[in-house]
Amino acid sequence: MPPPRSKRPSPRVRIFPLGDTALLAELGTKLDTALNSRAISLATALKKRRDVRQAVAGYAGVTVYFDPEQTTHDALGAAIKRLAAKRPPMAEPGRLHRIPVVYDGPDLEEVAARLKLTPQRIADLHSKPIYRAFLVGFVPGWAYLGPLPEELELPRRHVPRTQVPAGSVAIAGRQTGIYPLPTPGGWHLIGRSSVKLFFPDRDPPILFRAGDRVKFFAASR
Amino acid sequence: MTALLRVVEPGLFTTVQDLGRPWAVTSGVPPGGAMDRFAHRAANLIVGNAETEATLECTLTGPHVATEHSCLVAITGGDLDPRVNGHAAPMWTGIFLSRGDRLMFGARRSGGRAYIAVAGGIRADRWLGSLSTSLLAGRGGMHGRNLKAGDVIEVAREATRPAVSGHELASHLRIDYADHSLFAIPGPHVKRLDPDARQLLFGATFKVSREADRMGYRLDGPRLATEADELLSFGVTAGVVQVPHGGQPILLMADHQTAGGYPVVATVVSASMPVAAQLVPGDELQFAEVTLEHARQMRAGQAAALNTLRDGAR
Repeated sequence: MPPPRSKRPSPRVRIFPLGDTALLAELGTKLDTALNSRAISLATALKKRRDVRQAVAGYAGVTVYFDPEQTTHDALGAAIKRLAAKRPPMAEPGRLHRIPVVYDGPDLEEVAARLKLTPQRIADLHSKPIYRAFLVGFVPGWAYLGPLPEELELPRRHVPRTQVPAGSVAIAGRQTGIYPLPTPGGWHLIGRSSVKLFFPDRDPPILFRAGDRVKFFAASR
Repeated sequence: MTALLRVVEPGLFTTVQDLGRPWAVTSGVPPGGAMDRFAHRAANLIVGNAETEATLECTLTGPHVATEHSCLVAITGGDLDPRVNGHAAPMWTGIFLSRGDRLMFGARRSGGRAYIAVAGGIRADRWLGSLSTSLLAGRGGMHGRNLKAGDVIEVAREATRPAVSGHELASHLRIDYADHSLFAIPGPHVKRLDPDARQLLFGATFKVSREADRMGYRLDGPRLATEADELLSFGVTAGVVQVPHGGQPILLMADHQTAGGYPVVATVVSASMPVAAQLVPGDELQFAEVTLEHARQMRAGQAAALNTLRDGAR
């Protein structure tokens, strides 16, 4: 006889195919630290499976890349539902990074005007919280950090920049981040940091990992 | 290691590729690798290599190389008019090049990407477990860049068995690149399309725009209206069809950004990605909805075709 199941309602997981070699397991649709913790621990558990090539934790779900010769979408989906129903292990606090920022970005004045705050206040608000690295991806070394204080919430720029310099510290919505490489970008640039985020000759080649914590502090230029 | 080929003209955009580094996506590093995995695998198997060896991926205009040391090569994928010493060279079959022979390409006839494998494999830089070229990081392949004149292609390992020419992938086992139907499975956010837009997705004709490279293709054609609110970002895969604001779909290819926040309305199945890899700007295409079971059958068919090239089947 199987042991009696706990009465705790199991969290709802929705499984969607991403073609025939990947799937998206969605735990929720909100920006939420607890959801993200569960996504990270689910991804960690899935990486240990032989039929899984890689599992990437997103904000509130996991994208799983699997070997279609070793499993099926349905079999892996069922396994994910079982894993997600288990009580998640105690989330380990991620490593804490202290990152110096010079708050002199090209958009700082405009952001300050739109939010009716002084540039100094923007810097104070931005460097106050300990942010969480919700998701590593987009380009090598990029981490989506948040949640950003509500007072700093702004939609993305209407016209993205075709080239954002590496090291730019940016905000958009309830998120913040540092551009590791010169890339196009639509976020508001409020500062810059000299900290390197992408190390091509190390493995893993990145500074921030999903679940890490990040604290900014104002540095003089 | 023996120098096999010297690059006289590099072609438009020729890179060293293998099957990529899918495990590196957790660092935000694109998985990379050959765009047309079927042609890449076939080229390797024809010359007796493991399918994981590196090949040259030639885009639109192939390179001109001079043979420094006799070797067995195979050219597969799109027909970029390969020629040896001026004479048309057969594709999908093993051919010997002797010292002094010139392999070059004429004008593109069909498809967009040809693959050149050499027996013993191509010696290349390994980065994060793959020989694929990452231009973004400037690592892997030929020192992290596309080929240039004067480069020398060396063999990865000296042959331990005789190389046999004339080993061919039968024409009926090759992929029909002329059929531009891309089979796809509806994506997680297909319900964000209104019924009209869904019909357009799986019915209308789209055209590959000029913004098409190894990262992905922007598709011209009908705009697909989606619900406006942004999604929380999540990991994506090659084959994903995402629809940003404005409704112009983007098909993600091998060097795609690893995460995205746009609605994913469909994902092209792995067996159709070789066809997608051979599309060039201006080509028309349709998405055809299939089931996971159909995708599995297509994959099995291609695997069986490649298996005819393996040692035991010779």
